[in-house]
Amino acid sequence: MSILSLAGVSKSYGSLKVTDDVTFDLPEGQALGIIGPNGAGKSTLFNLITGNVLPDAGRIAFDGRDVTRTPPMRRCLAGIGRSFQIPQPFDRLTVFENLLVAATHGRGQGEAAVVRDCADILERCELSARANDPAGGLSLLGRKRLELARAMATRPRLLLLDEIAGGLTEGECTALIRTIRDVHAQGVTIIWIEHVLHALNSVVERLLVLDFGRVIGIGEPGEIMASQEVREIYLGIEI
Amino acid sequence: MGHVIRTRTRASTVAAIVGAIVVLGLALLPLVAGRGLIQDMFFILTMLVLAQFWNLLAGYGGLVSIGQQAFVGLGAYAMFAGVILAGIDPVWAIPLGGLAAVIVAVPTAFFAFRLAGAYFAIATWVIAEVVRLSVAQWKTLGGGTGTSLPRTATRDIAGTGWIEAALDVRGAAARDILAYWLALGLALLAIGAIYGLLRSRRGLALASIRDNEEAARSVGVDAARLKWSVFLAAAFGTGIAGGLIFMQIARISPDAAFSVTEWTAFVIFIVVIGGIGTIEGPILGVLVFFALQKLLADFGAWYLIALGVIGIAVMLFAPRGLWGLISHRTGLELFPIRRRLITTKGNDHG
Ligand SMILES: Nc1ncnc2c1ncn2[C@@H]1O[C@H](COP(=O)(O)OP(=O)(O)OP(=O)(O)O)[C@@H](O)[C@H]1O
Ligand SMILES: [Mg+2]
Repeated sequence: MSILSLAGVSKSYGSLKVTDDVTFDLPEGQALGIIGPNGAGKSTLFNLITGNVLPDAGRIAFDGRDVTRTPPMRRCLAGIGRSFQIPQPFDRLTVFENLLVAATHGRGQGEAAVVRDCADILERCELSARANDPAGGLSLLGRKRLELARAMATRPRLLLLDEIAGGLTEGECTALIRTIRDVHAQGVTIIWIEHVLHALNSVVERLLVLDFGRVIGIGEPGEIMASQEVREIYLGIEI
Repeated sequence: MGHVIRTRTRASTVAAIVGAIVVLGLALLPLVAGRGLIQDMFFILTMLVLAQFWNLLAGYGGLVSIGQQAFVGLGAYAMFAGVILAGIDPVWAIPLGGLAAVIVAVPTAFFAFRLAGAYFAIATWVIAEVVRLSVAQWKTLGGGTGTSLPRTATRDIAGTGWIEAALDVRGAAARDILAYWLALGLALLAIGAIYGLLRSRRGLALASIRDNEEAARSVGVDAARLKWSVFLAAAFGTGIAGGLIFMQIARISPDAAFSVTEWTAFVIFIVVIGGIGTIEGPILGVLVFFALQKLLADFGAWYLIALGVIGIAVMLFAPRGLWGLISHRTGLELFPIRRRLITTKGNDHG
């Protein structure tokens, strides 16, 4: 059964059509990659799925329920977790508290019940050493890790990751891939927007290509990367 | 390996002990202090209560209200109404102030919550003006010119007889002492309740809203509900404080009870110079405010201008206020809410 399905979803800003009649289904447990040039509407698509932006047309269903107009907080409780492309940490809270608030509210459990899991996620995201430091003091890499960790702390069934590998060194990237694979192996469905294609392709089972808000290809990564249309868009970009 | 959450620090333990001694000292103050000092302390404590609630609203809920004078005034008028119209003892009429404030806060929130940022602030101010103008029509309570608490009601307020006998003071002084003790109790309750809230799961959520509301909603925080709770709680506390302040003054008028300068501008000043988004900030802020008021009292209008300049300077150079400077330098927390993750050896427990 598909955990997420979008049917004819569209969104415009003024005369600019940022999401254009997007339709796709995502089977539970799959990892889907999204690629496309800058400004193609990838992050907007995430905002539509999480409810931070409401569509002008179309329907979005999560786990068989229509969530087209459901506010972000309810969608999180239903099991949609996300990271922001531009990290949005709770600056004055510590790194650990960032996870704690996500875990207690995203799952509706008490603080004591989630401590261990939060500590575990910090460990996996290599943030343990910074656990008790204010999140505002983290470097960009730290903030990106925190985005992933905080999203994981809500214990999502669908995890949306928006460009969390950009700017990482080879070693850091490998560690990140390992973490995401771990999460995926536990049965979490993943949608990952990424420009670092080798990282993306080592995790995802399916690839969706977005251009000017339209889905111009969706399918097995090898096939997609081989198609003429995608090659043209990515001309000059290292694959 | 196990993991536990710890909030207490050594400094906070020391602070708790010192705090308890200070509170005890404050409680016993009327035994030694003159009437002037008791009145000053009453002023400090009631302003502190208003500041704590405004800080809860703006510092945590992100609700920058400039209409809190509506709730001070309503609290005061409801208390007067209880005394004059229903013959209730002034002390027991104070809770009516909290009730009246909450009743008006509900429609206010319905209206103002539709607006964000500056528009929210302006809406709260407009509503406060409407409330002031409406109350000024209330002829039985003196209309636009106001009225005083009747002598029959102030002569033997609950508790004053005992104070007169025990401390050997006369009527008016006993009333001040009673008001002072009530203010001390209210300040302790307000700080205790706010601290308790911030230590809870909801408090963590409030802090996350303060830092980034969109991200907070995205991790499952029910921001709308929390804002409602905070707004109603602040209205209640502010209404109670209003009732108490005007019980001590024993005279009321719409201009005094709904003064935007007195009950909102000064309160914002206190929170901003002390440090917004912390419990320590308003405590430090009210002391600085009081000192400035004493120093500059003789300069008339220049006093307000000086306050304004100081407020703006602090906002520019120390956006987290004086307490922000101190805690940033020293890491000090008197009311610890920071949850530290402690990794222990033994097994997991909690
Ligand atoms: N709130 C907004 N108001 C107006 N235009 C917007 C808004 N949000 C996004 N856009 C525009 O919509 C287009 C798509 O933006 P979006 O962030 O979804 O692209 P993206 O594919 O994520 O790009 P990138 O790879 O740079 O992150 C861009 O042209 C952007 O300027
Ligand atoms: Mg983007």
